[in-house]
Amino acid sequence: MSAVGGRPTAAARFLETHPRVARFFDIALRPIEIALKKPVFGCRMCGQCVLHETGLTCPMGCPKTLRNGPCGGVRLNGHCEVIPEMPCVWVRAEGRSRWLPWRGSILRIQPSLDWSQKGHSSWVNYFAGLPREDRP
Amino acid sequence: MTTAYPGTRGFEDALAGGRMVVTCEIATGDSPDPAGLMRRAALVRDHVDAVNLPDNTAGVAHLSGLAAAGLLAAAGIEPILHVTCRDTNRIGLQSLLLGAAALGVRNILCLTGDHVVHGDQPDAKPVFDIDSVGLLRVAGSLRAGRYLSGRPIAPPPDLFLGSTENPFAPPWDFRPLRLRKKVEAGARFIQTQIVFNVPRFREFMARVRDLGLDRQVPILAGVAPIRSARAARYMRDRIPGMDVPEVLVRRMEQASGRAEEEGLRIGAEIVEELRTIPGLAGFHLMPIHWEEAVAETARRTGLRPARASMAPAEAAALATATRTASEGERCA
Repeated sequence: MSAVGGRPTAAARFLETHPRVARFFDIALRPIEIALKKPVFGCRMCGQCVLHETGLTCPMGCPKTLRNGPCGGVRLNGHCEVIPEMPCVWVRAEGRSRWLPWRGSILRIQPSLDWSQKGHSSWVNYFAGLPREDRP
Repeated sequence: MTTAYPGTRGFEDALAGGRMVVTCEIATGDSPDPAGLMRRAALVRDHVDAVNLPDNTAGVAHLSGLAAAGLLAAAGIEPILHVTCRDTNRIGLQSLLLGAAALGVRNILCLTGDHVVHGDQPDAKPVFDIDSVGLLRVAGSLRAGRYLSGRPIAPPPDLFLGSTENPFAPPWDFRPLRLRKKVEAGARFIQTQIVFNVPRFREFMARVRDLGLDRQVPILAGVAPIRSARAARYMRDRIPGMDVPEVLVRRMEQASGRAEEEGLRIGAEIVEELRTIPGLAGFHLMPIHWEEAVAETARRTGLRPARASMAPAEAAALATATRTASEGERCA
């Protein structure tokens, strides 16, 4: 696992002490990541991918970019309050997560987004242990 | 440890006391003259334990909730301040929370906030830097004496944090679990969306009890007396996430001429039905632009603020007990 919430891993320490290597991987992996994830998941390149914990549904597609579950404005037909023709991202996420063997992970509290990492490769950030957990 | 501005603890004490607690929401208004706000507060103050002050509901600008809460606190009326993530990023939110504590406003309701598209200025930039769960954790961090950056705050603000849940919006199965997430993130009281669909709410509460959440956090059920058939239709059609059963809309339409009476009756009936559901800690009244309805609903249903049903000596003893307990927790 990554360093989120725990002690930094060896990879995280390495990337922190070698910023040029981290930058190289970031630039090299970004186009690959976006090419793979955008067509399938509508990836917004937030740089802190949680797709696997949100029922393989990108929470950044939510107009409020909610990462911890649906807002209270979901319409009775399961559609978004902001874009009435779009099904709520979280209704989908919750439905799909039931089919995943690791369905319980949708209940984990997601740390607030580190907006400075938007556009960067979440794969590199994963090994760098970003985003760090909110303090207590 | 003593903080500089301890604020009033009546609401927290009332919840700890185990009797049914009553809160209500009033509009902050559109006037720089606080007289209107104080008049509305005076209409409800004897009937509730605390008064909620919304944060520009539906994305329409009104008098600042923080200012209104400060005015109420100064007048000896205990406020619950709504804080949303729509208009402010995490820097502004930390500053706002600290400012609230300085004004003696310690009850904070952490919300995501309505999107700007529903307001009268849909061209505004919605912020949503963090979400309600993140906000609870930000407030929790301040309470523990640190900004998010780790910079210390001494003394830490003594905030009493709450949040909301809407049992009526899909995905229904996920709502109790989302409530649990909020409790894990630090919510210590919950006020729900307005209940019109009682069977749905009953199911929600059954699941909440299965998860043991009703024992971890007091839950106040939202109740709103409807003022007119138009208001009922508006809530059904225009407020996303609101579940107004057809039968209630029809009752309001048939009661033209005595719509207010019918609205009060429906509100009182819903309170009576909710009283049979185990696990509720009280009621949160949301009379939309109709503060007079709070007193009338209280009269019809016999709802009284918990502090009124407590003997003064008992209330004082309880206040001391909770204060000692929370000081112990904070020193630990």
